[in-house]
Amino acid sequence: MSNTAIPAGRIIRFALLSLGALMILAPYIFMISTAGKTQSDIFTAALSLVPQHFYFAENFAKAFAKVPMATLLWNGVVVCGLIFLFQVVVAIPCAYAMAKLKFPAARLMMVLVMLGLLVPIHATALPLYVAFDRMSLLNSYTALVAPFTISVFAIFMFLQFFRAMPDDLLHAARLDGMSELGIVARVIVPNAWPAVTAFAIFSVVAHWNDLYWPLIVVSKQAYATPPLGLMYFRAAEAGDDYGALMAATLIITLPLVAAFLLAQKRFVEGITMTGLKG
Amino acid sequence: MSSVAAVGIVPDAAALHRRSEGRTAWLLAAPAIVLLLLFVLLPVAAVIFLGFTDFELGYGKFRLVGFENYAHLLNDRTFRRSLWNTSVYTAIVAPVSIVLGLGVALLIEGEGRARGFFRTVYFLPVASLIVAMATVWQYIFHPTIGPLNALLSLAGIPGPNWLGASNTVLYSLSIIGIWQSIGFNMVLFLAGLTAIPRELYAAAHVDGARSALDRFFLVTWPMLGPTTLFVVTISVTNAVKVFETVKMLTDGGPNKASEVLLFTIYQEGFVYLRVGYASAMTVVFLAILVVLMFLQYRVLDRRVHYT
Repeated sequence: MSNTAIPAGRIIRFALLSLGALMILAPYIFMISTAGKTQSDIFTAALSLVPQHFYFAENFAKAFAKVPMATLLWNGVVVCGLIFLFQVVVAIPCAYAMAKLKFPAARLMMVLVMLGLLVPIHATALPLYVAFDRMSLLNSYTALVAPFTISVFAIFMFLQFFRAMPDDLLHAARLDGMSELGIVARVIVPNAWPAVTAFAIFSVVAHWNDLYWPLIVVSKQAYATPPLGLMYFRAAEAGDDYGALMAATLIITLPLVAAFLLAQKRFVEGITMTGLKG
Repeated sequence: MSSVAAVGIVPDAAALHRRSEGRTAWLLAAPAIVLLLLFVLLPVAAVIFLGFTDFELGYGKFRLVGFENYAHLLNDRTFRRSLWNTSVYTAIVAPVSIVLGLGVALLIEGEGRARGFFRTVYFLPVASLIVAMATVWQYIFHPTIGPLNALLSLAGIPGPNWLGASNTVLYSLSIIGIWQSIGFNMVLFLAGLTAIPRELYAAAHVDGARSALDRFFLVTWPMLGPTTLFVVTISVTNAVKVFETVKMLTDGGPNKASEVLLFTIYQEGFVYLRVGYASAMTVVFLAILVVLMFLQYRVLDRRVHYT
């Protein structure tokens, strides 16, 4: 380090950013600290961040005993995985047809996609719920996954991406005698990887967090997703056992946060890419 | 002879090829079209239709009631309360999280080594399970054992019952909403900032814009136009769709003081099972989204052309 004076502006900027960062981090700090406190600690010393008796093991044990953590996380993975898989398998061929083939209905499709972008699950939930109820499909993976198999957002995003792809690549593939489906699988998909990862992050974050739809179609623990499971736990363990509650919260928050910290460049890219084009 | 025949065949082959390409396109798009009909268009049509009926889940029969549901909505105190609360929540969360998001983005943009660290920290809430973090906020806001009121009492201020009193609950929820969306807005603004050509700042400097504030209003702010418009739209729509924190922390209470649009729809439709009435509410909700989208396009057409 050179010993030239650091300009005041830089110090102020750093101080402001640090103060803001502390406010953003405060809930995480309290979550970790409280997950290690005994009941009496929680009631007497709210502001001391280091627990007086380290109670982490007990609180985590309680959380694991009362919340079927493995089931919840497994359900979350299955539901998010299936949703993402269907969305990509359905959206990529459609976007390819709209971007690169002489598709007579391309314009109509574009209108449908733009309309679809406007309609969130909250608007379609009522009739879908009635339909799933009539078909006795409530409390199933089908009900959790089916409404999200179509993502107009995915179509929109892949469309933008494919339009920028050079046509020569496709001509070469056609001259080699590849079928259109072969082109999609072996030329388009491998080249669309950045768009696919960006969309994956967007999709998983959205559906891992979603409470609205699971709350509507699921009423049994066995099919609960992480947010729903946490809600059940909170309702059943009402009262002030914040130690166990924070431990459960910590476990459930961890997978996505860990994924974010490991691949944060991708995360930010994904959100920016999907965000700016939405 | 043969050459004439060949010439006659070529356009046919081209037409044939075009037709087969069209057919392939239909096939490739077919799954998407079917699902779009099934899970978006049909349900929207059904919601609009159900809004004109008195359909209740569990009763076999229903009848058309015309605009009765909508007339009822006008006098429904809960619904009016819920519209008002949603507006207040949106009017707080959207502007504050946009301004703070922009502020943080500008500060981070100028930062050197610590840039990556700060970006990670501010973005963390976006990657966290909001339902889980809501529980943490509930603890922080707890009137007797929560750290926030403990902190306030150190300063001699009696802390309010944040989530439990009808005059503070909406503001407490707004704090959580802001905390959650600053990072998202920041990341979008950062992307917008990196897209501004450096030469513009040099040019502004030559033109006499010496202070940082001058450069901001001369270059940054106008160039960020499209990004800002997008951030505004997405912030407002997200705030209008607030549900998770309300369902988790207050259940619309106390005394309907935190009753918001989606929560009221959820309650009517999926708890009381009055599907017809809840459908009418949903149509109002959809209409709000359509108006927001329409406003965005209007502004987009009028003002923001810098590319």
